Amino acid sequence: MVNLGIKYSTSVRTETNEQKLLEGLAHNDRKAIEAIYKQHYNMVQSLILSNNGYPEDARDIFQEAMIVLYEKARSGSFELNSQLKTYLYSVCRRLWLKRLNQQQRFSSEVENLEETVPVEEELERHEQRNQDFQVMEQSLKNLGEPCKSLLEAYYLEKKSMIDIATDFGYTNADNAKNQKYKCLMRLKKIFNLTKK
Amino acid sequence: MQDAALLDAVERYLRGEMLPEEKQFFEHIRQTNPEVDALVVEHAAFLNQLTQYGETRQLKTQLNEVHQQLSREGHIDPPPASAKVVMLWKKYKRTVFVAASIAGITALFISGLISLVTPKVSQSSIDQLSRQLNDQARKLKTVDTKLDNAVAATTTFTRGGTGFLIDGKGYLLTNAHVVKNATIVEVQNTLGAYQARIIQLDHQADLALLKIEDTSYHAFNGLPYGISKASADLGEDVFTLGYPRPDIVYGKGYCSAETGYQGDTTAFQLTIAANPGNSGTPVLNNDGEVIGVVTSSQQNAQGMVFAVRSKNIFNALDAMKADSTLQKTDTTLSTLKIPVNSSLKGMDRKQQIKRIRDYIFIVKSN
Repeated sequence: MVNLGIKYSTSVRTETNEQKLLEGLAHNDRKAIEAIYKQHYNMVQSLILSNNGYPEDARDIFQEAMIVLYEKARSGSFELNSQLKTYLYSVCRRLWLKRLNQQQRFSSEVENLEETVPVEEELERHEQRNQDFQVMEQSLKNLGEPCKSLLEAYYLEKKSMIDIATDFGYTNADNAKNQKYKCLMRLKKIFNLTKK
Repeated sequence: MQDAALLDAVERYLRGEMLPEEKQFFEHIRQTNPEVDALVVEHAAFLNQLTQYGETRQLKTQLNEVHQQLSREGHIDPPPASAKVVMLWKKYKRTVFVAASIAGITALFISGLISLVTPKVSQSSIDQLSRQLNDQARKLKTVDTKLDNAVAATTTFTRGGTGFLIDGKGYLLTNAHVVKNATIVEVQNTLGAYQARIIQLDHQADLALLKIEDTSYHAFNGLPYGISKASADLGEDVFTLGYPRPDIVYGKGYCSAETGYQGDTTAFQLTIAANPGNSGTPVLNNDGEVIGVVTSSQQNAQGMVFAVRSKNIFNALDAMKADSTLQKTDTTLSTLKIPVNSSLKGMDRKQQIKRIRDYIFIVKSN
């Protein structure tokens, strides 16, 4: 007698599972973030700790790798050419090497405990995005209040102009809109200056 | 306002909020007006950056929250307890190795150098030498045992002075410079020699409090002299009893100035015969009251002697009694009572001296 059921190999199952996790991550789904964190953080922590790092370094590096992964997922490619574990490990290793280099700590070599995949290109893109992030962060900081909160409420939190007018104490939505326009112009100016 | 309206339109266009007709109209403007087109492109890029910033920031917050939650729930391995040490070791491993190898190489180099420079000696002569050394060692041992027996008697005292009792229980006062840094202090009066211990030094007043700690010492019941709080008057006759020699020496003189060396108001000046060994000698007035303690003399000036005022004795002792650590090392210190009344008033000098001399001591220290 032959059983007619289909047996999926475990690797197929993990792949679909990991793909789902990536989709979740792309949509800022907390469950997905938690799952990835749970499965892979300890691996990265032991990598960092055994290579001249502190627990805080492990946290920084892992979270940056998560952002790299997020950017990849957002760009629409949920397909990894490797397992999620290998990908994260490779990114973290690369990031940690770079950090060690910057801080001029000893040990230019990081022990290779796991197999790695090339991630240089993605990290270059990430580096660019990271710079953009910092420029924007700095610009908003320099912009000051209430402009910063006003713009964040409208563009990031997607609040309506009517809500914003109430929250910020403007007499009507038009006034708030007017103010928002001025703030936006200033932010653009600061942003372009900071970028240079 | 024109610009504001335009930008608002651009944003609505980018968000796809325009009605079909409006959109058509806007796209027409965009095609015909390159400035508007450039604004659309530029603003789209800017908004994109702003949105990305917002999203990344949100993700960072989420990641931090998740991290905290997971470590609370124990999903994140705590770093091993010895992690700090291990990490430090790992961090400085190379430095340590480099340092250690430098040290090692240096040691090898030096030992090589020494073996090179050391004259070659044949094995047999080394044997002889060591036998000789053994003999020497045996001789030394015998000498050692002899010395051990004699050691008590041969403790060499390098300094000396005078001291006098301020309490019959065995509290003795002398100058701080007489016993400074001493490990062994011995005092001796007409009755015998006793071991004494330094209780406290007051370098400011140049006073030292000693205590006789010797089983052969019998406490005196009261003292013949008192310690005066008043100072000497100019021209007042004074006398001293001290040990500038192994025998007690009497001196007679007068108070010649109301201040000490270089105008020191805690002291006064005497004109009296004094010699090395008189340090710590009590200065008494005709009533048999101690009014000062001899400390020093002016160089190149005969008979010019300085004494610290007896008032400082009270000050120094009050400070010692207030010191709780001293109280612990000497439990009877709190019962120390300085005699104020003299029983020598009206006596002639010979009688006074006879009564006093047993209370005056030679102080010897190493």
